Amino acid sequence: MTDAKPVLHLDNIVKTFPGVRALDDVSFSVMPGEVHALMGENGAGKSTLMKVLGGIYQPDGGAIYMGDERVVMAGPLEAKAKGIVFIHQELSLAEELSVAENIYLGELPRKSFGRVDWGLLTEKTNAILKKLNVGFDARTRVGDLSIANQQMVEIARALTVDAKAVIFDEPTASLTDAEKVVLFDVISDLKADGVGIIYISHRMEEIFKITDRISILRDGQYQGTVNTSDTTEESLTQMMIGRKLDLSRNASHHELGDVALEVRGLSCGKLYSDVSFQVRRGEVVGFYGLVGAGRTEIAETLFGLRDAHSGQILLDGEEVRINSPADAIQRGISLVPEDRKGQGLVLGMNCRDNMTLPQVDDLTAGPFVAEGAEVAIFDQYRDRLDIRTPGWKQQVGNLSGGNQQKIVIGKWLSMHPSVLIVDEPTRGIDVGSKSEIHKLLRELAAQGYAVMVISSEMPEVLHVSDRIVAMYSGRIMRTFTSEEVTEDSLIQAISGLGGDKAA
Amino acid sequence: MQPNTLSRALANGAIWGFIVLELIFFSVAGSYLSISDQAFMDYDNMLLLLKQSAPIGIIAMGMTLVMVNGNIDLSVGATFAIAAIVLLDSMTWPIFAGLGDWVIPVAWLLSLLVGTLLGALNGLIVWKTGVDAFIVTLGSMLGYRGIVFMFNGENPTSHLNWTLVDFAEAEFLGLATASWFLLAVTAGIWFLMARTVHGRNAYAIGDNREAAVNAGIRVGPHMMINFAIIGFLAALSAVVFYSESGSVNPNDGQLYELWVITAVVLGGTKITGGAGNVIGTFGGVIAIQLLRKGLGHIGADTSTVNLVIGLILIAVLFLDRQLNIKGKEELKV
Amino acid sequence: MATLTKQQIGSVLAKQGILIAFVIFMIAFTIANPKFLTMDNVFSVVRSSAILGVMALGVTFVVISGNLDLSVGSMMSFSTIVVLDLHDKIGPFMAIPAMFAMTLCLGAFIGFLVGYLRLNSLIVTLGMLSAIHGLTLTYSGGQNMDIADKEGTWFSVFGQGTALGIPVPILIFIALAALLGLTLAKTPFGRKVYAVGGNGTAATFSGIPRARTVFFCYLISAACVATAGLIQASRSLGSQNTVGQGLELEVLAAVILGGASLLGGSGTVFKTVIGVLILGFIQNGLLLMGLQFYIQFVVTWVIIILAVWLDIAAKRGKLWSAIA
Repeated sequence: MTDAKPVLHLDNIVKTFPGVRALDDVSFSVMPGEVHALMGENGAGKSTLMKVLGGIYQPDGGAIYMGDERVVMAGPLEAKAKGIVFIHQELSLAEELSVAENIYLGELPRKSFGRVDWGLLTEKTNAILKKLNVGFDARTRVGDLSIANQQMVEIARALTVDAKAVIFDEPTASLTDAEKVVLFDVISDLKADGVGIIYISHRMEEIFKITDRISILRDGQYQGTVNTSDTTEESLTQMMIGRKLDLSRNASHHELGDVALEVRGLSCGKLYSDVSFQVRRGEVVGFYGLVGAGRTEIAETLFGLRDAHSGQILLDGEEVRINSPADAIQRGISLVPEDRKGQGLVLGMNCRDNMTLPQVDDLTAGPFVAEGAEVAIFDQYRDRLDIRTPGWKQQVGNLSGGNQQKIVIGKWLSMHPSVLIVDEPTRGIDVGSKSEIHKLLRELAAQGYAVMVISSEMPEVLHVSDRIVAMYSGRIMRTFTSEEVTEDSLIQAISGLGGDKAA
Repeated sequence: MQPNTLSRALANGAIWGFIVLELIFFSVAGSYLSISDQAFMDYDNMLLLLKQSAPIGIIAMGMTLVMVNGNIDLSVGATFAIAAIVLLDSMTWPIFAGLGDWVIPVAWLLSLLVGTLLGALNGLIVWKTGVDAFIVTLGSMLGYRGIVFMFNGENPTSHLNWTLVDFAEAEFLGLATASWFLLAVTAGIWFLMARTVHGRNAYAIGDNREAAVNAGIRVGPHMMINFAIIGFLAALSAVVFYSESGSVNPNDGQLYELWVITAVVLGGTKITGGAGNVIGTFGGVIAIQLLRKGLGHIGADTSTVNLVIGLILIAVLFLDRQLNIKGKEELKV
Repeated sequence: MATLTKQQIGSVLAKQGILIAFVIFMIAFTIANPKFLTMDNVFSVVRSSAILGVMALGVTFVVISGNLDLSVGSMMSFSTIVVLDLHDKIGPFMAIPAMFAMTLCLGAFIGFLVGYLRLNSLIVTLGMLSAIHGLTLTYSGGQNMDIADKEGTWFSVFGQGTALGIPVPILIFIALAALLGLTLAKTPFGRKVYAVGGNGTAATFSGIPRARTVFFCYLISAACVATAGLIQASRSLGSQNTVGQGLELEVLAAVILGGASLLGGSGTVFKTVIGVLILGFIQNGLLLMGLQFYIQFVVTWVIIILAVWLDIAAKRGKLWSAIA
């Protein structure tokens, strides 16, 4: 590998935004036929770096080389013309158009009078699709494809140009295991063709399975590049966060109270079925499973956002019907939703108003909102949760992810719920806030809250839970106590392999 | 995937089913209620209907393009009026005095040019300022209408040129000039949207603008071209209509944008862009015109037409939503 | 003295731009014609803006909730015609509540369609524009509506009367603006309107009844329209059935000029009032300058686009859009 020229070399790239040095002297190379992982916490600068590579941002310093040649990416088109292709995490497809039109978007073959050359288009597309060995053809409407197949369309797009470097941004986020296998096959084909690949992912097992080298960013700074075979998960984590993250097993124990929430035989069509579990006061129950296992949907049902078709929900031993979030709130159930920006916050509103939104009807003085009482609530939870903001007037859209999440948590704690459901509590927030939130969840349990934590991160579930409910495809496969759970048995249970069904 | 396909098939075919229903209803109801002895589905009546559909229909084809593109144009009625004034007034300008009947093509071109420029101006503003097309064209709807009134106050602008009237009233293969224009524009925009790179890009931009930008499509100029096209078609509509009538009131074309948008939405174009086609829009135009004529045929007045069309527009929206509901498992947000 | 950074200037402009523009306009017009800023003239402008203004107050709620209302013009024609017709039939004392009830029914119907059925508000209110116009024509039989005894009715007080030396339409406008301004800025309901318009999903996830909130916004809009219709009817004591035609767009222009975003979640009643006054004073100022009446439309066009453009330019920190 040493004598070959890198397909892509970044030399001391600097990018600043007003007040922030987003990228600070970042340098690394991608060799032909190499799968090069790029890792870092959210906000470490990965996406800024990719935008520089894709010509969406211009760097303020440093240079990009392809082979020996210094290149300037004036825009997305130019990056593409030079053979740099992106497979985006969020699919950027036009659903109403055909597969072929999406693959050749922006460069449909022309005939006279500006006509599309359909024959050529279909022919070229089918040739690529054949290489990918997919089960749809050029004329299929993209909106009719599954998410995984839509991703295949994105990948097919990469193959239309003479790609020198392909950048995969979290490509497996929404793929099933079988679909991942297909994706990894495609990557190894590209690799065999001498294409350089940048692979951005948080998932350690994938990183160790398919990459050759790993470069790490932290706070916009380049931390170094290591050979995958020479490193360990621990040392990578340490490079990413700058210190050791405490993700030991949950060790704290306290007395559990009565059963606060019980679910019996709850079913909702294909989403989940025959789900039964209990959550006691003082207990954190972790829900672990793959995306689509039905965990979020159960939470939504408990919060009155989704009707169950059958089954019972009991609060403090009494059967209840929850038809709307207002019902749920009134009965002492709170939900910190999974999508913070889409579901948790009104980004254009200030911190105080967001925090008191669910109780605005109760915080009144005469016909008006009692703003003094609101500020008092905000101050109380700002101090308790250590929310860093210049003041309550700040729009939440301007806060960091961790502080935003604390606003959402504060919003629901201020309702004094008896059951607190937290869906993906630390998705997309920095490591510091992450461990604070973990600590908080344990503290809340100790204070007697019944807490349900839904998470897709195994270390997190192991760290915070007293018991772990493993779900697969809408069913509870097994419930573990924190003493008996092992990583292997947990993985087996959520993959639908073995594991006896027990509640 | 199945219900999705079904709802799309229904959306594409529904407008024609609706037209058939209208025909049956008005034929049957007409035989009891009509004041005239003439049958509703009379051949001449249908030809007349096509001709009367032309002014709205021609603009609606442009609106389909603009709405599929993810924009909207509220200024078409005002553009229509300006183009009409340019058409009629320019024929009286002294500099063209020596041209004789050759003034007609000159006036036509001038009128079409003005329409195109007004459309392009909307597009340029949308492109360069980044202000939403709804607001931009809401503004120019007022502005362009103001220009119309500034020209001649509340007075009509008139000029009759008999050669022109003869041309406009001519028939070719049994179809009136206006009908031919409508069919030609429909075919032209169909070709543009279904067959050309520009047209396919219009869908891509309306469907997923960011994806289009990432794919290197130059969205700004693209949208400006589409606004220029709808401006051109608004002017063409005026040219076709006023060649025959020879007199334009400053209020003419008012509420055209509403009729046009109604036709386009009835024809199945998605309000948020990315989906729709001119064949559906053609159906929408015909359906509205049928309704107007049919209600007239059974003795209802214009007030009923307004009432019925408004309610039908809402009903279509409601049906579309019902067809797209995924069932009981849906999240209640 | 601290120097202002470009960004700070930008943010001040973004927040108070419309107020600054208003002041500049007033000064410019006053210099051009001293008559402009006299009490008489100001009264006459505000009085003639009152109908538009009252309607704009209601539409502000609808727009902040993330929706549109294009039906207010034809709804205003409806209430004007209805109240004039009922005036002679059942007397003004009964006619007014009856007209309000009928207009509120229309508002409730739209609120049901947009709020509870979640239909696209642009198309629904476009349809209602046409439908209500048809309803009005049917109701009036296509005839103009006139009160028989124009001299002998107290009904004219809403449009023509004065109290404390101030014309009643102005008083109604001010009172409604104060009431609705407080409702929007200070009450739980107002907070919910902002939340629903800012992020409807997040509002739902916070237990806010989204459908009901939108529904009430349309009811408020209808109540404002009914009030505007009352002023209109009372001022003229007779009316064509197209009296409100086209007003929906002027109303929307005033609301947008006030800085409410069509995406919802932003705007205030106070800024809408400024938007209404700007439109009114421009019209008046141009006339006083001896310019043709219709040039106001062209000026309004330019001002709307400039206002919205500068607003979003300040937010994105760049004058020109990033569209390629």
